[in-house]
Amino acid sequence: MSTEPIFQLTVSPDFTPAHISGWYIFNTWLQRNLNVRAHCELYDDFESQRQAIRDDRVDLIYANPFDAAMLVREKNFTAIAKAIGVTDECVIAVAAESSIQHLEDLKPGARLAKTDDPDINLIGMIMLESVDLNDDSVEPVVVDSYVLVAKALLRGTADIGFFLKDSCDEFSGAIRKQLRPLVHSQIGDIQHILLASPRLVAHSASLRHALAEMPNNPQGNSVLESLGFMGWQLLEQEDTEFMIDMIDTLKAK
Amino acid sequence: MLEPMHANQVVGKYRQYDQHLYKQGFRHLLVTDIEVPYPDGKLIVSRTDTQGIITHCNQSFVDMSGYTEAELIGAPHSILRHPDMPTLAFKGLWDEVEAGKIWHGYVKNLRKDGAFYWVYATVIPNVREGVVVGYTSVRRKPSRAKIAAAIALYQTLKLKEGNHWEGPTQ
Ligand SMILES: Cc1cc2nc3c(=O)[nH]c(=O)nc-3n(C[C@H](O)[C@H](O)[C@H](O)COP(=O)(O)O)c2cc1C
Repeated sequence: MSTEPIFQLTVSPDFTPAHISGWYIFNTWLQRNLNVRAHCELYDDFESQRQAIRDDRVDLIYANPFDAAMLVREKNFTAIAKAIGVTDECVIAVAAESSIQHLEDLKPGARLAKTDDPDINLIGMIMLESVDLNDDSVEPVVVDSYVLVAKALLRGTADIGFFLKDSCDEFSGAIRKQLRPLVHSQIGDIQHILLASPRLVAHSASLRHALAEMPNNPQGNSVLESLGFMGWQLLEQEDTEFMIDMIDTLKAK
Repeated sequence: MLEPMHANQVVGKYRQYDQHLYKQGFRHLLVTDIEVPYPDGKLIVSRTDTQGIITHCNQSFVDMSGYTEAELIGAPHSILRHPDMPTLAFKGLWDEVEAGKIWHGYVKNLRKDGAFYWVYATVIPNVREGVVVGYTSVRRKPSRAKIAAAIALYQTLKLKEGNHWEGPTQ
């Protein structure tokens, strides 16, 4: 029996379903390249993942920026990298034939379809704030995926929907034609990040090196392809501290 | 030292002020009543050191202020100070953040070309290993109703300061 630790890799529960297998492939790549034992655990929702973090079960996490504050400032995680070629921008859309042309047309009581993705919901609510709507004046319709947000708009069970911009790119042409964007965020500085626990920190230099090298070898490239990333940009701790400060300003009421 | 504003860079009819700025002395301001709308979906971000000197700003900040990044980095944040803003608003900002707290408020900012833009700003202290190393401000788009309420409040504050609001009232 080996007494080596088994590190736990996990991914923010808002990962795109098309990339689930990509994260298992990444886990295999991780074990080979760091010469460690690792296990990929995917949680169904943010709350169960946060519980695992509180219980110190997580060692490497591709984290939602909303959770970065807890990971870095309470759990001493270290910033490793962010993915190139993906963004965390929010689109607010309506059904193509909706009478709503501008955010200003929305009235209190508007039905808002959304997932439980915390950073997209935060950014979406900030855009609604500019027309005096807030959590108390919209009626939430919470669904499990962005496809279901689209369906809620098409069926007329919601007036507006929050989407992760990248998820819209994966919709079929038929769905996309029936949706009309009203506004989209262009923030740029807020993104999912890969963070390592204090337990894993001894491996962080080799992890960074291996991540940076990924696009330069066929094996790494095929892992990136299955994740839908173009590569990794290594992060300094201060980059992440800055992002957390920004999110703190957005969360503050 | 902050550069004075130049008439050849200002677009349209302007009012003139000699604005006193903390540690800067007086800056001659040229102010028009042209509003530049806040860009949808964007955040205007800057960071300062503990003295309020700009150390970082994002592209939206550059675009909205009308200055280049090189002009902004190293300048005091009062480079955006609009004379229509009451002094008390900024006293409140500094009192809060120097006490380690978050500050929110509606701010009318002055552009290099004399025009203005309204923001809803949040300022927080940047704490690193227990020490405040600077401040971050993130601005977002304010609603027209909130701007109207801010103007009403700032008119009252201006009167208290022995001054009066000379800008547009909506
Ligand atoms: C992080 C940060 C951001 C600030 N942003 C602005 C701003 O956008 N506009 C502004 O007029 N003052 C801003 N201030 C306040 C200025 O430092 C300054 O107090 C204000 O312009 C009034 O000038 P005075 O303090 O010289 O009287 C900011 C301060 C901090 C710490």
